[in-house]
Amino acid sequence: MQSQATYNYKVVRQFAVMTVIWGIVGMLVGVIIAAQLVWPELNVVEFLSYGRLRPLHTNAVIFAFGGCSLFATSYYSVQRTCHTPLFAPGLAAFTFWGWQLIILLAALSLPLGLTTGKEYAELEWPIDILITVVWVSYAVVFFGTLMKRKTPHIYVSNWFFAGMILTIAVLHLVNSAEIPVLASGILTPKSYSAYAGVQDAMVEWWYGHNAVGFFLTAGFLGMMYYFVPKQAGRPIYSYRLSVVHFWALVFTYMWAGPHHLHYTALPDWTQSLGMLFSLILLAPSWGGMINGIMTLSGAWHKLRDDPILKFMITSLSFYGMSTFEGPMMSVKTVNALSHYTDWTVGHVHSGALGWVAMIAIGCTYYMLPRLFGKEEMASKKLMEVHFWVATIGIVLYIASMWIAGVMQGLMWRATNVDGTLTYSFVESVKATYPFWTIRLLGGVLFLGGMLIMVYNMFATMAGGKAVNDAPVLAPAAAHAA
Amino acid sequence: MDINDLRSLFTVLVVVMFAGIVWWAYSDRRKQAYEEAAMLPLEDDVPLGMPGMSGTAQVSRNQERKSS
Repeated sequence: MQSQATYNYKVVRQFAVMTVIWGIVGMLVGVIIAAQLVWPELNVVEFLSYGRLRPLHTNAVIFAFGGCSLFATSYYSVQRTCHTPLFAPGLAAFTFWGWQLIILLAALSLPLGLTTGKEYAELEWPIDILITVVWVSYAVVFFGTLMKRKTPHIYVSNWFFAGMILTIAVLHLVNSAEIPVLASGILTPKSYSAYAGVQDAMVEWWYGHNAVGFFLTAGFLGMMYYFVPKQAGRPIYSYRLSVVHFWALVFTYMWAGPHHLHYTALPDWTQSLGMLFSLILLAPSWGGMINGIMTLSGAWHKLRDDPILKFMITSLSFYGMSTFEGPMMSVKTVNALSHYTDWTVGHVHSGALGWVAMIAIGCTYYMLPRLFGKEEMASKKLMEVHFWVATIGIVLYIASMWIAGVMQGLMWRATNVDGTLTYSFVESVKATYPFWTIRLLGGVLFLGGMLIMVYNMFATMAGGKAVNDAPVLAPAAAHAA
Repeated sequence: MDINDLRSLFTVLVVVMFAGIVWWAYSDRRKQAYEEAAMLPLEDDVPLGMPGMSGTAQVSRNQERKSS
């Protein structure tokens, strides 16, 4: 009986392919808005103006690209580490189509100007309800699969995915509490937040920072803990450290949100608390990074000719860099310089391109041949090219934004002897143009890497066949419950 | 005792709980369980006992290492 069961690869395959497609869409929108900053004439119609495309970019890369990649990798690894097919396959298929519908609705509603105005939670209430339904279904599939596992242990990657699913559910429900507007008795898609004033700001950034901490960190750490050992062919450096890493991360991240609201109406003690917890976060973040990188200890030579490992180890290096930079920027005196400047944008992309996208790309390259019945990707050479193009793109992007950000911060705070401001705001805008141009070039390179990837993906799919007969394996004898 | 004392107490409890988790994770009795769990991703590649397929060697090496 056991040997006839097969893993559910169909839903994994759908999400994996859409990861690449939405990655290109989201990053293309990013390139367009980067170009609009350099050439404001590109704001041709209101629907495609910077203000409407910017939330479309963030939603597309976080929830469409990042989201599809989380679904694909978590569905793939939870079945295989639990030695059982996905629980409720119909519901799993629903999460795919439901998530795609949410993305399409976002792509329509945001350019139309329908927005709540809450960062990373711009989608209006009808879409929020749909997100809730799909997310609960995801939780049922994931936890159901964990419950029918054939192994006594729940592998650590599943802890991270499970933590991500639970936390995102709580964050979404609390932050999206909103009251729809009735216009002459008719329900409209417009809504207002259930919170007001500084409480609204605090709830928003409690949500916003944990969207980073759990969606873009815990979830992607789940990927790291499964796919890095897989690709390296050796177990994680320290399983004990991974357990402490998990608990330290979930105990700490929850409280770091106030660092987004330094020097605002938020009470001083709350700001200091947020800063303190952000500083503590360095420890679990670097613990996780070291655990991932040291998995290659004794096998460093594999890095030389394995582009997938290059993506993964580089992503961990960027993770280490951005999780050092983040706590530093949360220090109030540093934040006084960095806040509202392009330094923040550089920091976010060091994490988003360097860590999140690089690990997602590495894991997608790992899965694609296995999902389409091939030994490996169609072209290893193109994977190498993708890696270098993407890496150079990131370096250009973050270096230009660091310089631009520090320059802006210094210009805004410069005062003359009589106390007046040395520079007007527009002078800082003018001084930033060259750096915005370099940033655009970095973004174009990163997008170019994704175009190489989609070509490689279709070349791998051509002549391949959809694998739907991967047998569910009996757990190793030593593990049998 | 007002609500802020309870909040402080909760903070202390959570810190003690975390210290407990670290102590538990590094205690000797978790050692074997963690070694088994760490092998989970590497043991899912090929049906066990099917010779000649790539990955089988890795799995049996792991088995050996564990039993030694």
